[in-house]
Amino acid sequence: MRKLVLSAIVAAGLTAVGGTAQASGGGEPLMKPGFSWEGVFGRYDKGELKRGFEVFHQVCSNCHGLRLVAYRNLAAVGLDQEEIKTVAAERELPDAPNDEGMVSPRPGRPSDKYIDPFPNEKAAASANGGAAPPDLSLMAKARVGGPNYVYSLMLGFVENPPADHPIPEGKYFNTYFPGNAISMPPQLMEDLVTYADGTKATPEQMAKDITAFLNWAAEPELDERKSMGLKVMIFLLVFTAMLYALKRQIWKNIH
Amino acid sequence: MADSATHAQPSADGETRRDFLLYATTAVGVAGTGLALWPFVHSMNPAADTLALSTTDVDISAIQPGQAITVVWRGKPVFVRHRTPEEIATAQKEDGASDLRDKQTDASRVQKAEWLIVIGVCTHLGCVPLGQKSADPRGDFGGWFCPCHGSHYDTSGRIRKGPAPLNLPVPDYKFTSDTTIRIG
Amino acid sequence: MSGFQTNNKVVSWLDQRLPIFSMMQHSAIDYPTPRNLNYWWNFGSLAGFVLVIMILTGVVLVMNYASHTSMAFDSVERIMRDVNYGWLIRYLHMNGASMFFILVYIHIFRNLYYGSYKSPREVLWWIGIVIYLAMMATGFLGYVLPWGQMSFWGATVITNLFSAFPIVGEPIVTWLWGGFSVDNPTLSRFFSLHYLLPFVIFGLVVLHVWALHTVKSNNPLGVEIKTPADAIPFHPYYTIKDLFGIGVFLMFYLAFVFWAPNFFGEPDNYIPANPMVTPPHIVPEWYYLPFYAILRAFTTDIWIISAKLQGVVAMFGAILILFALPWLDTSKVRSARFRPLYRQFFWLFLIDCLILGYVGGKPAEGILITVGQIATAYYFFHFLVLMPVLGRIEKPKPLPASISAPVLKEKAHA
Repeated sequence: MRKLVLSAIVAAGLTAVGGTAQASGGGEPLMKPGFSWEGVFGRYDKGELKRGFEVFHQVCSNCHGLRLVAYRNLAAVGLDQEEIKTVAAERELPDAPNDEGMVSPRPGRPSDKYIDPFPNEKAAASANGGAAPPDLSLMAKARVGGPNYVYSLMLGFVENPPADHPIPEGKYFNTYFPGNAISMPPQLMEDLVTYADGTKATPEQMAKDITAFLNWAAEPELDERKSMGLKVMIFLLVFTAMLYALKRQIWKNIH
Repeated sequence: MADSATHAQPSADGETRRDFLLYATTAVGVAGTGLALWPFVHSMNPAADTLALSTTDVDISAIQPGQAITVVWRGKPVFVRHRTPEEIATAQKEDGASDLRDKQTDASRVQKAEWLIVIGVCTHLGCVPLGQKSADPRGDFGGWFCPCHGSHYDTSGRIRKGPAPLNLPVPDYKFTSDTTIRIG
Repeated sequence: MSGFQTNNKVVSWLDQRLPIFSMMQHSAIDYPTPRNLNYWWNFGSLAGFVLVIMILTGVVLVMNYASHTSMAFDSVERIMRDVNYGWLIRYLHMNGASMFFILVYIHIFRNLYYGSYKSPREVLWWIGIVIYLAMMATGFLGYVLPWGQMSFWGATVITNLFSAFPIVGEPIVTWLWGGFSVDNPTLSRFFSLHYLLPFVIFGLVVLHVWALHTVKSNNPLGVEIKTPADAIPFHPYYTIKDLFGIGVFLMFYLAFVFWAPNFFGEPDNYIPANPMVTPPHIVPEWYYLPFYAILRAFTTDIWIISAKLQGVVAMFGAILILFALPWLDTSKVRSARFRPLYRQFFWLFLIDCLILGYVGGKPAEGILITVGQIATAYYFFHFLVLMPVLGRIEKPKPLPASISAPVLKEKAHA
């Protein structure tokens, strides 16, 4: 047993080396509000996802894409089939060429991926002062700190930047953005959206909801993953205990 | 501790206990391995995006009587044929023909008599039958003819002659307007 | 190949023509194994188990992966989102790579501690190093396939290592790329080789086991099997012990898969590859970090040998030096249990490797540069100076007469 403990320590030492590679980043330590999906038993909060979708749909999606998420996937955040069709049809994309070879636009369908707000990256950049707004499909996985980074960034805008840190024209000061000068203006004003469920839309509430939605967009499998994990672990505990008992039985005359 | 307890037992009893443990562990292990293999097998079934692409809209306004078009639905060709009155009459008249291998009435295969919509895959071994273009051979019954192994389909897409066992299947579709249909 | 008896006529008929049953009996059932192996001897079979998982998950992933720069990233995300259980299979593969290296590193350090590389096990040890090299290549190639930012820039940096060689360097890099930068031809060939190498590893593992069964397993005491009492048949004793090890290992492995699947990964690899923007801090996968630290430890040109070339040579040398270890180590005694001096230096060496790993994962700046250089120097000092000298000056403790001798002694005391 002492040796098993030792091996665990060595393994932990090796993994700590792996972990340190992730801990690098810039700026202030991130806010950690605590999310419902964290921890062994963590799951997404359906109300939070729905509210987060409302914020994304009414605010973020005007500039940001979500190109890896299909409209049909929105069933998981609590939209019904008719609502999904309506949301999908809000934007158009080029249809297949017709018999004369002409390409005309058609409204989006539930099977389509989220249609980008701009036809291409150049158009996105030119409409946004030279910086194309990044796609948000994987944002909650693609930054150090993940959801904590998204949450902190949403609330990290400072109106009057420190005197020793001048911000160029057309940029904004954000405490958590690497280099602090971000092209996105502050978004979350009090009552920016009106939630269907009547929740008061404070900046903190909206930041939490949009973070939940974006985390779902990046890890839609999380609920299934964690619940399968629990079942697998219970199975393995029982099975390994049986193997250990059998091992002791077989070895009892050897030691 | 468990060890010393079993040591004290007569050996026959110890053997039984060990056998039971062995069988139980083996059973649990086999069951676990089986369950663990399922995700690998299931990953080869159609994925969510494949399942979602299950409808196709078709504009049929430009198809003249006697003409046909081929559209793609779920990666397979679907024949949309605007039948002439003679073709309809023949198809209906032959509802009781003795060479119908897979008995179906023409009325049960169409929603509007002038529009025949069938999946264009021969029920023998999956080739695409000829007969969509006016120059194509249409077989002995004026419908479709499969060049691979010589199956003849009539103007209702029913198998009449050759090795194919079944009629050309009719997909789920509905008329969303007088000139458009949605397949799937 | 004796000892296989059966009354089944079909089995007997087949076995006389192709003795697979005799071979199984010989190598997986009767194989005489030292009776005193501890749990550190579980890691070889565990690594073999993970190799099978990697090949199985890999083959299934390939069914949905597209090895083209315009599709690779999205095809991986499609696996994660749309393919049934695709997320599970991909996370098993991703974390399986890290597990494979954890197990193999423990396996290697167990070997160093107990002197398993010494005569007559030199060839066994060599095959092991070749397996390790093939694993490093496979891991690197595989990391490129999702075509994220780290994939792209990792491929760029590592292939550029070869440009350190004078004259031939540049043509080699162009040849590796199939172009003038890491691009679609590079991705395609990396994919092809990533699929090929695991089967090469599998073949090497067969050789590894063959060599093992020829010279027999070492053991914690480091004395050879001398009497029948020293050995027990592999089955059922070590089959059940290995299976128990697999159970424990699976819990460790799957805890990452289900609850921290991106723990070993880099967030940047969820950003699609962009040849115009380098991420601010590029690090290789954790299992290369010690060697990455050695690569970066050289900062001054010496005469016409550039610092870059020194680093590349030292990095490859750090692995190649292992081939010479059976002769660099001059001690007659295998196990560190009976080598009081070597035992101390073994732990120092392990700590040195961990320091190198830590330094490799940090930006090369400030005190860490010096730390990396000292740790690199010590790495080579350990093999080139300590190992030859220790064997001469160390006075080993007395060895037991046989494997079973101390066991019997303990029984007598009890």
